[in-house]
Amino acid sequence: MKTLEELRAIREKMEGILQVRLADAESAKSDDNCRYHVLVCGGTGCTSSGSVQIIKNLEEELKANGIENDVAIVKTGCHGLCAVGPLMVVYPGGTFYTRVDEKDVKEIVESHLKNGKIVDRLVYTETNEGTEAIKKAYRETTFYRKQKRIALRNCGVINPEKIDEYIGTRGYEALGKVLTTMTPDEVIQTVLDSGLRGRGGAGFPTGLKWKFASGNRGNVQKYVCCNADEGDPGAFMDRSVLEGDPHVVFEAMAIAGYAIGSNQGYIYVRAEYPIAVERLTIALKQAREYGLLGKDIFGTGFDFDIDLRLGAGAFVCGEETALMTSIEGNRGEPRPRPPFPAVKGLFGKPTILNNVETWANVPQIILNGPEWFASMGTEKSKGTKVFALGGKINHTGLVEIPMGTPLRTVIEEIGGGIPNGKKFKAAQTGGPSGGCIPAEHFDIPIDYDNLISIGSMMGSGGLIVMDEDNCMVDIAKFFLQFTVDESCGKCTPCRVGTKRMLEILDRITAGKGTMKDLDELEELAYYIKDNALCGLGQTAPNPVLSTLRFFRDEYIAHIEEKRCPAGVCKALTNFYIDPEKCKGCTLCARNCPVDAIEGSVKVPHVINTEKCIKCGTCMDNCKFGAISKR
Amino acid sequence: MKKKSGVPFNGTKEQEAKLLEVIDELRATPGCLMPIMQHAQEIYGYLPYEVQKIISDQLGVPMEKVYGVATFYAQFNLNPKGTYKISVCLGTACYVKGSGPIMEELEKQLGIHDGECTSDGLFSLDTCRCVGACGLAPVLLVNDDVYGRVTVEQVSEILGKYR
Repeated sequence: MKTLEELRAIREKMEGILQVRLADAESAKSDDNCRYHVLVCGGTGCTSSGSVQIIKNLEEELKANGIENDVAIVKTGCHGLCAVGPLMVVYPGGTFYTRVDEKDVKEIVESHLKNGKIVDRLVYTETNEGTEAIKKAYRETTFYRKQKRIALRNCGVINPEKIDEYIGTRGYEALGKVLTTMTPDEVIQTVLDSGLRGRGGAGFPTGLKWKFASGNRGNVQKYVCCNADEGDPGAFMDRSVLEGDPHVVFEAMAIAGYAIGSNQGYIYVRAEYPIAVERLTIALKQAREYGLLGKDIFGTGFDFDIDLRLGAGAFVCGEETALMTSIEGNRGEPRPRPPFPAVKGLFGKPTILNNVETWANVPQIILNGPEWFASMGTEKSKGTKVFALGGKINHTGLVEIPMGTPLRTVIEEIGGGIPNGKKFKAAQTGGPSGGCIPAEHFDIPIDYDNLISIGSMMGSGGLIVMDEDNCMVDIAKFFLQFTVDESCGKCTPCRVGTKRMLEILDRITAGKGTMKDLDELEELAYYIKDNALCGLGQTAPNPVLSTLRFFRDEYIAHIEEKRCPAGVCKALTNFYIDPEKCKGCTLCARNCPVDAIEGSVKVPHVINTEKCIKCGTCMDNCKFGAISKR
Repeated sequence: MKKKSGVPFNGTKEQEAKLLEVIDELRATPGCLMPIMQHAQEIYGYLPYEVQKIISDQLGVPMEKVYGVATFYAQFNLNPKGTYKISVCLGTACYVKGSGPIMEELEKQLGIHDGECTSDGLFSLDTCRCVGACGLAPVLLVNDDVYGRVTVEQVSEILGKYR
């Protein structure tokens, strides 16, 4: 297409078709004459649970019932409530079916789609303590009601493999507005005024980054990069945007290209995200076919195209200079700064690199204005943030909330609380670079600066919830094992320092630690933070420092009492059979892999702690709850 | 450090032709080394010395650099994986129950070490740490098949199922 008018014509046509999905009203209609739109989640989680087969069965059953022209099957990106997938939403009405099995499809088609009768047993049910279970429509559920979806606006609503659907939700209009009515400096000022900060973890003001790279436009080659190398274990925000709404990233990168004077973008995506790679490839092809990427976009003379580059399994390549080095075809080793990428980046040219989620916010800021964005969030942290909820929480999945939302709201309301009646212990943010928020800060409003003030950090958005059964020393060791593995090896503080820290933690969790070890641990930690070459090394000690700050008593218990309070560290935990509860049924002894349990029939059994390897098989087998850890 | 694979390089003329085609297509792209190596691994299944040498010669990039990139990224395999990937659990429960001798027996019968692949490409051998089936210790996996309470005597029988 060559003009904005052509874009708007498509938008108007699509709006009539998509409107039925944008509200939960029963009376909503679609212009495509389909009585129903069935949205099936095609995110990675639901795909692994069988949503592809669900779609196949839907197609077959609709044909078998002669209603294949009445019902539109829409494969969407991730809806977010991964805990209860595979997910299906039926419009009009917003009927929210969860845990859909391929065998359920026949009933859904015959009962709901043919005869208008909802399949009650599959509808998402909310249980709040003391009240009756209530069935809710999609947008009314506690999970979605408190969210404000900006970056995730289209995920779960549109089919990412159909560019027309993106255009139907005002896609590429921001680019059109920028190219036809704004100067590059005005674009940068807009982003600055919005207060958008980098969503990859560091939170650097995005507008400032662009400003630094904007000098000398037109006289020098420049690059715009997208960091899609989401490597934090437990984080899948970026993956969901790439799978569910890939065009938003292209549009944002093109806008940035106009702002700084660049016509070439690179998206560096990890190879471990094959569905995202596939959706990106399809989307790129469609964008180019429409002339929305390539030469002379909207007839304004502005050229911009994007190349896809795949990572190859290195966490450190999520660091900006390592990422650029990797695109250049080298080992992904970071470079010292200055010079900063805005001055000398990819291939030695001025480059801006932003995270997927940061990009996902840009078009909306342009369309709705910076004041709209700045009206959400807190004073220094504007807008919203996507979090990947994981660990000991009922509603594992993806949520997007305004900055400043208290942690309590995220965990108790949106997250549905801790399962099995356990007590909240800590929430870890920032993955291997971050820290934990303990119960004493349960009401902390989540934003960049608040988290830093308690020794944690926002990070990319992974939020792992821990309960009383998790050992914080073990968690610190777990994260350090990860960073030791992923360290690129270039600088000594990280290569050697983190390994030494890990050795100390190994000793402590094995019951061989001393109080002097704690001093050494802290000294090493601060040294590495100050001297490592890149963010990986500089933040690797954070989980240790954070757990030392809030859970020092656990470390001391491991050292002085040789005891693991949570009962996790195997060397410090003993399994014990309560002779009052034991019936002598011999089930545990028969299943013990090392024959460490002694006792004859009907006589209370005893575990020989010397032989015991703490595998827990006995406890799992005991039907009388007679075995516990202490 | 893993030993060099004992599997002889069996690259075909078709594979080489495909690789040369990819190299020619991408050689003008800035930073083409990584995409080329990724395609090469798709063509051959792994990145042995011989394939690295072709890339090095074609691009005029020193072997030291190609090897450096191949060894940096976890996704690049320098050793081939077999049709049947055997994984022996060396977690504590399995180890105490004798998975060590089972690993040794597998190495003896297959003639390869941990991380390597048999010369016919049928079996590759790796170790892992705890698959969570400690009640069935010792445990080994062949692709997705889980074998529990394995004895040294059963190793021949298990291998025989896949030959």
